[in-house]
Amino acid sequence: MGRYVVRRLVQMVPVFIGSTLLIFLMVNVMGDPVAGLCGDRQCDAATAAQLKKEFGLDQPVWQQYLTYMGNLFTGDFGTAFNGQEVTELMSTAFPVTFRLTVVAILFEVLIGITLGVVTGLRRGRPVDTGVLLLTLVVISVPTFVTGLLLQLLLGVERDWIRPSVSPAAPFGELIVPGLVLASVSLAYVTRLTRTSIAENRRSDYVRTAIAKGLPRRRVVTRHLLRNSLIPVVTFIGADIGFLMGGAIVTERIFNIHGVGYQLYQGILRQNTQTVVGFVTVLVLVFLLCNLVVDLLYAVLDPRIRYA
Amino acid sequence: MRGATNAGWAACAVAVALAATACGGGGDSGGEGGSGGGAVLSSSWTDPQNPLEPANTNEVQGGKVLSMIFRGLKQYDPKTGEAEDMLAEKIETSDSRNYTVTVKDGWTFSNGEKVTAKSFVDAWNYGASLKNNQKNAYFFSYIEGYDKVHPAKGEQRAETMSGLKVTGERTFTVRLSQKFSSFPDTLGYNAFVPLPRAFYDDHDGWLAKPVGNGPYAVESYTKGSEMRLTKWDAYPGEDAARNGGVTLKVYTDNNTAYTDLMAGNLDLVDDVPAQQLKNVENDLGDRYLNTPAGIIQTLAFPYYDKDWNKAGSVKVRKGLSRAINREQITDTIFQKTRTPATDWTSPVLGADGGYKEGLCGEWCRYDAAAAKKLIEEGGGLPGGQVKITYNADTGSHKLWVDAVCNSINNALDNDRACVGNPIGTFADFRSKSTTQKLSGPFRAGWQMDYPLTQNFLQPLYYTDASSNDGKWSNEEFDKLVDEANAETDPARAVEMFQKAEAVVRDNMAAIPLWYQNGSAGWSERLSNVALNPFSVPVYDQIKVG
Amino acid sequence: MPEPSFESEGVIAGTAMGAATDLATTDAETLHKRPSAAAEPGPGGTEPAGKPRSLWSDAWRDLRRNPVFVVSALIILFLVVISLWPSAIASGSPLKCDLAKAQQGSAPGHPFGYDGQGCDVYTRTVHGARTSVTVGVCATLGVAILGSVLGALAGFFGGLWDAVLSRITDVFFAIPVILGGLVLLSVVTSNSVWPVIGFIVLLGWPQISRIARGAVITAKQNDYVQAARALGASNSRLLLRHIAPNAVAPVIVVATIALGTYIALEATLSYLGVGLKPPSVSWGIDISAASPYIRNAPHALLWPSGALAITVLAFIMLGDAVRDALDPKLR
Repeated sequence: MGRYVVRRLVQMVPVFIGSTLLIFLMVNVMGDPVAGLCGDRQCDAATAAQLKKEFGLDQPVWQQYLTYMGNLFTGDFGTAFNGQEVTELMSTAFPVTFRLTVVAILFEVLIGITLGVVTGLRRGRPVDTGVLLLTLVVISVPTFVTGLLLQLLLGVERDWIRPSVSPAAPFGELIVPGLVLASVSLAYVTRLTRTSIAENRRSDYVRTAIAKGLPRRRVVTRHLLRNSLIPVVTFIGADIGFLMGGAIVTERIFNIHGVGYQLYQGILRQNTQTVVGFVTVLVLVFLLCNLVVDLLYAVLDPRIRYA
Repeated sequence: MRGATNAGWAACAVAVALAATACGGGGDSGGEGGSGGGAVLSSSWTDPQNPLEPANTNEVQGGKVLSMIFRGLKQYDPKTGEAEDMLAEKIETSDSRNYTVTVKDGWTFSNGEKVTAKSFVDAWNYGASLKNNQKNAYFFSYIEGYDKVHPAKGEQRAETMSGLKVTGERTFTVRLSQKFSSFPDTLGYNAFVPLPRAFYDDHDGWLAKPVGNGPYAVESYTKGSEMRLTKWDAYPGEDAARNGGVTLKVYTDNNTAYTDLMAGNLDLVDDVPAQQLKNVENDLGDRYLNTPAGIIQTLAFPYYDKDWNKAGSVKVRKGLSRAINREQITDTIFQKTRTPATDWTSPVLGADGGYKEGLCGEWCRYDAAAAKKLIEEGGGLPGGQVKITYNADTGSHKLWVDAVCNSINNALDNDRACVGNPIGTFADFRSKSTTQKLSGPFRAGWQMDYPLTQNFLQPLYYTDASSNDGKWSNEEFDKLVDEANAETDPARAVEMFQKAEAVVRDNMAAIPLWYQNGSAGWSERLSNVALNPFSVPVYDQIKVG
Repeated sequence: MPEPSFESEGVIAGTAMGAATDLATTDAETLHKRPSAAAEPGPGGTEPAGKPRSLWSDAWRDLRRNPVFVVSALIILFLVVISLWPSAIASGSPLKCDLAKAQQGSAPGHPFGYDGQGCDVYTRTVHGARTSVTVGVCATLGVAILGSVLGALAGFFGGLWDAVLSRITDVFFAIPVILGGLVLLSVVTSNSVWPVIGFIVLLGWPQISRIARGAVITAKQNDYVQAARALGASNSRLLLRHIAPNAVAPVIVVATIALGTYIALEATLSYLGVGLKPPSVSWGIDISAASPYIRNAPHALLWPSGALAITVLAFIMLGDAVRDALDPKLR
């Protein structure tokens, strides 16, 4: 087990270097960021050259990358063009997005798995068909349409929620944005759980449990659910990384100042330091989530062991 | 691992693992005060693009803050736009080249430091100095010695400009490198404000919480989300704030800001999105303002491209201008928050200031038949199609470019005569337009720095000027502008500038589209809301409650 | 309500993301999972014995009887037809817009009304099908081919191949998709659909690759593959003749579902301002242009969104049905 974890951690190193290099190159493809700094006026050549020198943009890309990675290991994530330290932006953005992700994951776990279990046990009944249709609709409507609609209906017409989230972003204000963010994944979780439950229902151990005369509730929660959760946990684990990085649309609609917002601003202003810094952290989160998910398999399925 | 048995624990583990990695050390600054306390109002804002140094701020959002926390020698009247003395007791000259400035007594910064002549001279020298990377440094380029502190090439050869001399505690002299009669009128621009010692001594600290001499003081600044400004009670000027303070809230999308205004979470939106204009009356009633601002939108052309710089090109450009139904677009898309342009300046200048209604004449009037004829006479559209380039990330550019193209297509009776060519980011758009990489007309918006005709013409059309991205060049125009700048009589100068503007018209150097108005909507708590000619709300005059 | 007994119901579990089980496959080399139960003999023994039936003919037989498949296939057929000949049902030009009619409701000859620029919503919706379907189909083909080839190579050869390819997969998997789109597509100036398709392929293949790898690893361990290997079959023959046919099902399933999400992704990219560029006509462009007008002209948002939703729905249902048909356990 310990060896397995160490091995996985070692394997993360090349992936980490690869993804940061990839995003670094991608942002560099976007071209000269200095031109946008001077508004509708051309930067005078001397100032532009000076700025490029200061941000290290006058060096070849590989050298910029090496310098950047070197600084990274000393905890220096660089400075955005407007003089804000990237670490400072991170310290305000990540907690907000983290809370948003927690809300979204909670929705996935609570609603998604509950609906999945209900439909899995009552397959073919009206409730199953109804939920099936609902999930399909949710998957097929783009998030920004759902978000704008909910914002308008609940925030303006009904006055039930704040249409935008305040800078502190407490959990209470993140419920609707969290639901919007989770909606597509929620549909997937429901369907995954449903399949899994339906498949496992006729497995030997469930039959045995029922034959033993165990109460139905106990059969469902202790035996059926636990064994049906592996694909669901896999999905949710991979989803955490996506939710944190994919909140660009949701955060924009609800004006949440989290990771998605900073990334969006960073890209619009071609702020290499901000974008690469945030993505670096996201990649780390993604890799660790994958590891945790793999370790969780052993918890859920004792047949799995780690070499 | 085997000991753990239930799935609830599993979900927890994921959450805990995440908390440890993603959230490490991120402290929550809880409790939002909101806009309820006292008479503080909240207003929409966008994160400034550059550090908030006065000579480094060149967009409206940063300028908004500077106009609240700073006062310069001159101040533009919110209504007339006229430059009036603020900190200047008097600015004297006899030759339009050597100026003597006397600063009023009794002004201090909000940290108690006195505002002296040195506060100005040091600030200007800082702004001009190449090593400080100030993006508005060119504002000081009229001052003698600028070429030494900010050479176009090579090393900086001096620390301070030779044209600036402190001659007393409250007096200093300015020597310009050439005659510039309206120089005093430019001094209301943000780049010319005085700076306290703290700016140099503790620069990082100052940036985190700027200190100035204006009616407001910065209380806190959370980068990327909001800035709280409170009324500075000891403000010595006459335009002291009439409210307790302003909270500037950052919005990514002005649609959200407008939605928030309707829901009562925001007091003031100073940029009503074009798509919402139709609802404004319904939503806000008379809590809405739509006043002219010193902004003009034009279509510029790439004169470095031979296709646009040949014999018949003038006719093609004039034809395109006549194919644009300005009235319809400003009415439908912009709900009259833009006014069809009939010259190349702005109505906020006033007739005395150089605005001349109808200078463009028939060339700015929609006439499909005439347009078609002109373009045919001019040899047709280069390549059979025009692509209007714009940046898609901000504002409502896509809306009007599509509308302009549809208008051209309808006039020419060809579905594909004109297409929009969006560029993802403003930075990329600027980089393409400043490096001469565009092959068709492109969006060229101009917001005035100070209310002078000169500011609408010289930076945009003078040979190799800073915003002459299309590289248009005309000797006659340059000569007229030079003469106008040297003219000491303002009325004569305006006359010369209008002659220069006629040259722009005869060549259709750029197609004027419309004058942009400033628009603002506000909540029921506010009254006395006004926008200045720069489309920035006059915060100090707003009353709350 | 009587409690359903666990034994009574037959099992047909159709789920969109059934194959997503493999989304984050674990390393087979280090993680030993009991091989999944061998395919159970299906109850459908009505066919006369002796006539060998392939997986495919079985699947096709099932599909034809599945109403979900028939309905979704008909919708898709209709979409393909209007993509090829949009003028058949909408003769006007989607680029012909009259600002004077902006935001007006339906009128004779213009059943869906006009959008914010005064363009005919009906014509644009019909003409938008081509772009959206092209994006969906081409991106899916690209993703499926690139992903399954790389995934199969990694799964079949194992060892160093697997280690390197899997790490590369991880690298691309780790980049958030929307973010990648914003960065890469913001520099594109071409107004064709290919940059968008190329971007989706670039960041979409890891999903398929992981699934293909997992499927190949499972299929590789089957007895008949071992037997063929013992008989001296070459690697290419093993991979193409014996393994691929048994590993392709999960790829097809996930690909059909992904197709729907790619179409929706194009809309999201347009909303962020980096999607397709004019004069392209697509649902994504129209949806993003109409969404701010939602209060004044909801019809301009409704029709393209509805078309998009139905298309995505059709492809997901198709994927679902195909999945059911290809899973011998469910027969």
